[in-house]
Amino acid sequence: MEALMTLLVGIFFAIAIYLFLSRHIIRILLGVTILGNAVNLLIFTSGRLTQEIPPILSGNAAAARQMVTANPLPQALILTAIVISFSFFAFLLVLAYRAYQELETDDIEEMRFAEPENQQLPPLGY
Amino acid sequence: MASSDKTNIDLSVAMITEAPPLADWLVIAPLLLCMVVGAVLLMIRKETRAQPIVAIPGLVALVIVDAALLLHVMANGPVTMTMGRWLPPFGISFTVDILGALLTLTAGIAALAGGIYGAGDVNDTGRRYGFYPFLFLMMAGVSGAFLTGDIFNLYVWFEVLLISSFGLLILGSERGQIDGATKYAFLNLVATTLFLIATGYLYGIMGTLNMADIARKAPNLTDKAPMMTVVSLYVLAFGMKAAAFPANFWLPASYHTPRVVVSALFAGLLTKVGVYALMRITLLLFPAERDTLAIVIAVVAAATMLLGAMGALAQTDFRRLLGFLVISGIGVMFAGIALASPGGVSGTMFYAVHSMIVMTALYLASGMAARASGGFSIAQPRGLYQSHLLLAAISLILFFAVSGLPPFSGFWPKVILVKASLDVGAWWLAGAILLTGFLTTIAVGRVWLHAYWRPDASDTPAEPVSLSPMRDYLPLILLTGLVVLVGLFPQRILELTQTGSEQLLNPLDYIRSVFPQGEVK
Repeated sequence: MEALMTLLVGIFFAIAIYLFLSRHIIRILLGVTILGNAVNLLIFTSGRLTQEIPPILSGNAAAARQMVTANPLPQALILTAIVISFSFFAFLLVLAYRAYQELETDDIEEMRFAEPENQQLPPLGY
Repeated sequence: MASSDKTNIDLSVAMITEAPPLADWLVIAPLLLCMVVGAVLLMIRKETRAQPIVAIPGLVALVIVDAALLLHVMANGPVTMTMGRWLPPFGISFTVDILGALLTLTAGIAALAGGIYGAGDVNDTGRRYGFYPFLFLMMAGVSGAFLTGDIFNLYVWFEVLLISSFGLLILGSERGQIDGATKYAFLNLVATTLFLIATGYLYGIMGTLNMADIARKAPNLTDKAPMMTVVSLYVLAFGMKAAAFPANFWLPASYHTPRVVVSALFAGLLTKVGVYALMRITLLLFPAERDTLAIVIAVVAAATMLLGAMGALAQTDFRRLLGFLVISGIGVMFAGIALASPGGVSGTMFYAVHSMIVMTALYLASGMAARASGGFSIAQPRGLYQSHLLLAAISLILFFAVSGLPPFSGFWPKVILVKASLDVGAWWLAGAILLTGFLTTIAVGRVWLHAYWRPDASDTPAEPVSLSPMRDYLPLILLTGLVVLVGLFPQRILELTQTGSEQLLNPLDYIRSVFPQGEVK
């Protein structure tokens, strides 16, 4: 099961990196989303996968110690990471849209407003 | 859930049964303060006049709390507070040692200066869009990152400061800002995602995220091979956050676009959080893997400082030049991490404190110079020396300090780092530090000669601009005073950073503070 998940995570990473290489912001944005999901799956897999035993302990403490249950911590980590990546995605989406409106391009090669191309040289003598 | 079971469960095995002593609450006081004041400011967002009146006392209180925390840590060694009554490593711990407390205090001072300057620099629109709430949330993120003792929690604080910095960066929505923010946002997001990937692997290998727990278990790990991957990923992620070469290009693309006070805060605080995290991970948690990577970090350090200084030489815009000087300083700090000797680490800590103060002050000075002379270009002489003598004098002090010339604060950490490099025979690293200082002197010397010293040559003399003594000069003089004071009396800071580097290199005290029962498994 872990091996299959690892393969899936690898495919996700490959797609994300491929999209990052694009010049268009919208594709990079999709890459960011897929990368976020890849990382979530990665954390989930590193917590080891077990089937059908929820991490709820009941009965006496001695019996509970014997049980092999699902690891609850990766789920808490992923929940945090999902919330964060979702809010970042929302922000980036708006930022990309504003960039498209204001700069009239979504090609990063043409985005030269902060760093204009032909900059004046600094004074070379007093 | 039989009630009879409750009788034979001893809570003290799994839970903290006693409330922490009152002084230990200082550990989370900076965070609570920032969040509460930030929330209040958010509620009174539209009362633009009231914002600085609430914010500046809040920042003064933050500095006081940070100073009290540092004194507490100096007196008692590392202090730990664990959340939610769970015993570590299950509860999230906040563990403060001298490194964390010292950087938190310095960050607080830089934020105070920025807060006062912002009262004049940020207009009503900027305040309504939340300059002060974002400032406090960013301070919560920065302080949290410095104080936490849990790696995943560190990730969360990184994201808190990152999202607040996005808000500050696009305050004004100009074209250049949106352009810069796009690059800043995407590259920083990739860096934090790398951080998260490494943390996921780390959890898979170690089964714990508590830093003290990792520090005590890492030496006994039988399967060492995957740790190299994890530590390399951490070095890449934090190198990217700190703007080290070759992942530094987001910084000069964005740091000159926002309001001057925002640039000043970013230059003072954000990249240093990356350096801090790298110190924490490589020096405290994985010293063995760091030894293998030392040569990589050293080459990155030399390349970063030299390319930063050369980039600064090629700039006409004062603020872009300062952006490259930030990068150059990061390289100097990385040198100490690469050496990892007590001297090197102490020098890095000292340089981080110096850099936080001096870079913030330089950006503030650049803003005042631009307001007085009508632009950031250093190509047009405006005779600032004649019209604003005090500003010219303060700027000269800051230029000396950033180049590492005595008797100011940049001199001592560079001396320590050069000596530490020569001690291990890394003459090329020492040479890079000295050459960087020389190139920086040329770059800032040119700024001073052209933008300050040279008389105004234009036919229409610029209208005299008066700078406010309270809003403009007070924060600048506060920071410059510290630069001079630290430069003239370095002994106290030096002792502090030496103790701090001992705590970092021998993590026994750090581990004992989290696990008082003491056994190292």
